[in-house]
Amino acid sequence: MAAPTGIKSPTRARIAARTLRTDRWWLYPTFTALVLLAFVVYATYRAFSGQHYFAEPYLTPFYSPCVTTECVEGSAHLGTWVGDWWPFSPAVLILVIPLSLRLTCYYYRKAYYRSFWMSPPACAVGEPHRRYTGETRFPLILQNIHRYALYIALAYNVLLTYDAVMSFKSPEGEWGHMGLGSLILVVNAVLLALYSLSCHSCRHIIGGRLRNFSKHPVRYRLWGGVSVLNGRHAQLAWASLVWVAFTDFYIWMVASGTWSDPRFF
Amino acid sequence: MAEIERHSFDVLVVGAGGAGLRAAIAAHDAGAKVGIVCKSLLGKAHTVMAEGGIAAAMANVWKEDNWQVHFRDTMRGGKMLNHWRMAQLHAQEAPDRVRELEEWGALFDRTPDGLISQRDFGGHRYARLAHVGDRTGLELIRTLQQRAVALGIEVFMECTVTKLLTSDGRISGAFGYWRESGRFVAFEAPSVVLATGGIGKSYKVTSNSWEYTGDGHALALEAGASLVNMEFVQFHPTGMVWPPSVKGILVTESVRGDGGVLRNSEGRRFMFDYIPEFFKAETADSEEEADRWYEDKTNNRRPPELLPRDEVARAINAEVKAGRGSPHGGVFLDIASRRTPEYIRRRLPSMYHQFKELADVDITAEPMEVGPTCHYVMGGVAVDPDTGESAVQGLYAAGEVAGGMHGANRLGGNSLSDLLVFGRRTGLNAAYAAARRGQRPEITDEEIRTASEHAVAPFGIEGGENPYTVQHDLQEVMHNLVGIIRTADEMERALSDLAGLRERITRLSVEGHRQYNPGWHLALDLRNMLRVSECIARAALERTESRGGHTRNDYPATDDAWGRLNLHCRLDGESVDIAREPLPQMPDDLRELFN
Amino acid sequence: MGYDLQMKVWRGDATGGELVDYTVPVEEGEVVLDALHRIQATQSGDLAVRWNCKAGKCGSCSTEINGRPRLACMTRLSTFEEGETVTVTPLRTFPVVRDLVTDVSYNYKVAETVPPFAPEPRPADGQYRMQQVDVERGQEFRKCIECFLCQDVCHVIRDHEENKQSFSGPRFFLRYAELEMHPLDTNDRRELAREQAGIGMCNITKCCTEVCPEGIHITDNAIIPMKERVVDRSFDPVTWLGRKIFRRDQLPEAQVPQGRSE
Repeated sequence: MAAPTGIKSPTRARIAARTLRTDRWWLYPTFTALVLLAFVVYATYRAFSGQHYFAEPYLTPFYSPCVTTECVEGSAHLGTWVGDWWPFSPAVLILVIPLSLRLTCYYYRKAYYRSFWMSPPACAVGEPHRRYTGETRFPLILQNIHRYALYIALAYNVLLTYDAVMSFKSPEGEWGHMGLGSLILVVNAVLLALYSLSCHSCRHIIGGRLRNFSKHPVRYRLWGGVSVLNGRHAQLAWASLVWVAFTDFYIWMVASGTWSDPRFF
Repeated sequence: MAEIERHSFDVLVVGAGGAGLRAAIAAHDAGAKVGIVCKSLLGKAHTVMAEGGIAAAMANVWKEDNWQVHFRDTMRGGKMLNHWRMAQLHAQEAPDRVRELEEWGALFDRTPDGLISQRDFGGHRYARLAHVGDRTGLELIRTLQQRAVALGIEVFMECTVTKLLTSDGRISGAFGYWRESGRFVAFEAPSVVLATGGIGKSYKVTSNSWEYTGDGHALALEAGASLVNMEFVQFHPTGMVWPPSVKGILVTESVRGDGGVLRNSEGRRFMFDYIPEFFKAETADSEEEADRWYEDKTNNRRPPELLPRDEVARAINAEVKAGRGSPHGGVFLDIASRRTPEYIRRRLPSMYHQFKELADVDITAEPMEVGPTCHYVMGGVAVDPDTGESAVQGLYAAGEVAGGMHGANRLGGNSLSDLLVFGRRTGLNAAYAAARRGQRPEITDEEIRTASEHAVAPFGIEGGENPYTVQHDLQEVMHNLVGIIRTADEMERALSDLAGLRERITRLSVEGHRQYNPGWHLALDLRNMLRVSECIARAALERTESRGGHTRNDYPATDDAWGRLNLHCRLDGESVDIAREPLPQMPDDLRELFN
Repeated sequence: MGYDLQMKVWRGDATGGELVDYTVPVEEGEVVLDALHRIQATQSGDLAVRWNCKAGKCGSCSTEINGRPRLACMTRLSTFEEGETVTVTPLRTFPVVRDLVTDVSYNYKVAETVPPFAPEPRPADGQYRMQQVDVERGQEFRKCIECFLCQDVCHVIRDHEENKQSFSGPRFFLRYAELEMHPLDTNDRRELAREQAGIGMCNITKCCTEVCPEGIHITDNAIIPMKERVVDRSFDPVTWLGRKIFRRDQLPEAQVPQGRSE
């Protein structure tokens, strides 16, 4: 057995307990793990199910853009240029984009390193791993691609906004329709856009990387705006995650005929 | 006895606050091999507590400002008892010392055109204090610390010097112990710079940390140097008064500089009742004029809240005594009703934090309770103004431990600039002197043996006095009998009490062993505290007038005859001798500034 | 409204130690450090605890209180229930010296490896000019009081002693960020931040920010911006390709202080 390390190192104060914290420090990691797990299970099921994702004019964000020949009629706003070689549901192809953004997100990293990897489970609570190299090696070194995930995700935000706008067309293709689903899609597009824009990489690119703000007044103001959003990044991460699942669930229910979409006009 | 750890330097600096670090940097720049010894970790020195700023006539905000105005303010604030040459050098060199910090990475607050911003402070005619919010001391010490580290200067942290060694009347080095292990260490050096700060820990209510036990004062005295102006102790007018555990912690003068006012329990701005004749011409006599001054300094006079600290401290003391104090025995300092919460949080972030965390008071919404707290000793080692050398060849002093610069009362902001100006001067001169001397001195085993025996004495006594109790009693004596207002009979009582304490500290005993033992450390510090307290009490009894940081109930007036005299303390065997010496005469060109 | 506080204080040294029970009379408005001082003055004169300013400005009295890294002088007793036992231990990331005092020299060694500030030359009139908006970012980081609580809580070194060789810790990422954002600095420390300071070891779990007594946004404002700068320098495919194709060795590297390479 190797020599003890960390808080059991021979030079440190000999205290047996892994932590002496008396508060409920396990609450955050447990809750985080449960919510994330629930989302993953739900999203996986929906992505592979390949049905009930389009209820004219609502396309669920899980399947947008729908670009394989398998897509149901009317759902492929961008055409079906991918063709028919893709073996899985069209969602799997497209969910890689938001997934890569969220996986490499500076907030989610904290959330899942703490709750799944327990590295550490909470502050000043010993972690169970013998060795730790952080994000210096493959695969975790790939976390550094976060900003490229952001670039793609921003394009994706445009598409979701387009979807939200299209939800104001009636099933017959006439403008001037609005149902509860339209509202849900608008909120969804807004939350996801705010989540992307509040990201730390975005903050850096917009202005954080500058040495002299005073020489770039416009970028400084934008940076100020993004910084305010960035302060809410964690909340936006959770809100947009829950809402996108809810949006999908709503459209699923409408598409499967379980309930019908209330129309305002 | 066993071999002890020895080091040899050209210049040894004792203390790693602003003055010590600046001296070390200067000595290093002059080519000397430098070592720094400090009682705490590097960067924890009391300089971090300085809040308001560094006074320097840079004229960034007011074009009218220049060194002559700063010199005049300093002398007037010190009730003309300052060493004129020190005040002159200080005013002339401070701007360069501030700009130098910028070159080493300091980030001061800026004016709109990008220069270092300057703020108002008590006793300064123009807005003159370069600052970083209200944590200027931290910025100063961090900048100097990082500079010293970059230069590779050797630092001995948590190491206490207990004795200065001399041979043939010249400095040969210092002896001390590592706090961590309790082991002894000797430093051989032809030049030793004392930068040990002040003496506040001899008082019950103080803004000073445990380190302020007057080590440098006592070491210099024992080495044969003299202390000047020891009767002048500054009580900062605004310390926290509640809760009890934080009593004495400083509330920066910037609160008043940025618009805060003092009120008594009747809601009256009582400072208007305490404007002395000496400052009448330049102080506002109505609230309207005082309030206008913040916006227009040319056509209005300063609010009386910004009188020098001694005036404000005495006024608060009088209000409380007259029964018009706040619930916890202070007065109210109100900025909440005068400035917006955003402004207060931006200008005074650490005050906001300090009251919120320690007293549950939101200073943007309610007034603070404040009262006088022992803050600074104007007195210190008498030094040559240009070089910082004391009467003992090779022994230098800079910063609070040096005397003369501030006369009878120090202006806020003049301390940080003092550290920089005289830290650099002593560092350079200590290095030059070491180079002139050529070889490094040697310390004999005999000297080391004597010093070690002295240091471990408290371990040999069983069932003796508890050092914590003795310290507590000493603080009571100084606070009650040699405090902010003094009388002859009280000070005579103090002297007899101090004699009793002197006897008690020969019977101190400490438990445990030498490794990181605070009880032992205190036992050793107590000797210094007691020695310095005796100097203060004797000098205060001798000076039969009131002036600056020395107020006598039995001699309430300022006496011109005393205005031409300094008191010097020297050690004669075990007793403290007081000598009256004439004040150095100011040349005529400077004298004209006061007409 | 004083009461008797039950405390457990770790006492011992590198060879061993234990939590010792104390009953301390305390007063309203007091902090944990007051209780420790009372133990010193009345029960155990040799209880070792580091402290200086007692006002949260010097960062000396860092300990772990009920398992959480905190300043003893800023932890008010009113944050605990009256019957609650307060447990105080030394920092558990650094070697213990005695009782509550630890050997924090690791931090001072790391400080020596940070390349110092290298300003552009002064303009002709001798006055540097900087705008308030440009100094504010650095000023936030310079609020740091070097209490080393962030270093203590960081699991990279708290739980893995061997990482102290290759990791500088949050306090020094703060320093790197401060210098990288300094309007006058001319050094480029991005490669050093990755290679020498080991910023890639940080997995941004944000405990440093949680414990900072100065409320500095260490993770959001310093570490992540530094990581992004490292991405600019080392992980951006466009600049990476540029370097490969044009064989252009990027910007001048930062200078490490001489004789401080250990």
